[in-house]
Amino acid sequence: MEQFVAVKRSKDGQPVRYLIVDDSVFARKNLARMVETFGGNVASEAADGLTAIAEYERTHPDIVLMDITMPQMEGIEAAEKIVRAHPQARIVMVSSVGYQENIVAALQRGARHFVQKPVKPEVLYEVIKYVLGEDGVVAGAASGGV
Amino acid sequence: MKMELIQPFINAADAVLAQGLQCPTSIGYLSMEEEAYRRKGVAAEISLTGDIEGRIILDLAPQTAVRVASYYAGAEVPETDDLVRETVCELANQITGNAVTALNDQGFHFRVHPPVLHTSDHGSKTSEDTEALVMCFETEHGSLFMDVALRYNRRRRTERAAAARF
Repeated sequence: MEQFVAVKRSKDGQPVRYLIVDDSVFARKNLARMVETFGGNVASEAADGLTAIAEYERTHPDIVLMDITMPQMEGIEAAEKIVRAHPQARIVMVSSVGYQENIVAALQRGARHFVQKPVKPEVLYEVIKYVLGEDGVVAGAASGGV
Repeated sequence: MKMELIQPFINAADAVLAQGLQCPTSIGYLSMEEEAYRRKGVAAEISLTGDIEGRIILDLAPQTAVRVASYYAGAEVPETDDLVRETVCELANQITGNAVTALNDQGFHFRVHPPVLHTSDHGSKTSEDTEALVMCFETEHGSLFMDVALRYNRRRRTERAAAARF
């Protein structure tokens, strides 16, 4: 897998911590490998929306990568609950179903961005930098945010 | 079954497989399935409900499924590993998701249900209004079969059209 220039947290230079939420082990593994090539750490994983909320409370990740169609609680509802409790939460929806209603619903409920599966690493990398804004820094960059 | 329903699935499968497997794909054959569906190996089924209803089955011979799962995993995966089945389910999910996104852009609305492993050797027999089309995609990892059986939900379309008039 392609290696990217690491994206770090600007406040302490530590790796960005991710919570990966998807009911597919395959998808979680793929995303985990991808964020590791971005220099990130997987803080936790969850296979449904309910577990995602609990894992967010437990680990306070910098970024959540959230699938939409999942058992027990779908991703958009979980994203809404997380953002309601933690308005600063950065949630990126990652779904194979990329139609307008889904994207709008996710953004209206607090998600910061949407990436369609199959995920292209270079696309997710750019989205991560965008969503982190000044809270992220590309390793080796002169100073400031990304 | 109309080609306007099938083409998005062909395009989606081509795009998802070519990107994921990093190799060219070609359609080996297309055929209408008149008899009950017969599973070939590791198969995942996804149901659609809404303006269009039916199901999509992605089916890989066991050795092909192992090769594909191993390629995605970046390491050899044994045939008994759950990751083999997970890989087929997620590929079915990605292909269906991309196809319904294209159909949604054409005005069709539906719900995609999570993939389930298709474990029985035979599926239901197709009916006159739910014909199944079987496509074989050739890749350097082996052949992948996609069985698509969809039909228009006329009642729902009529209801929506009527609602739009008021």
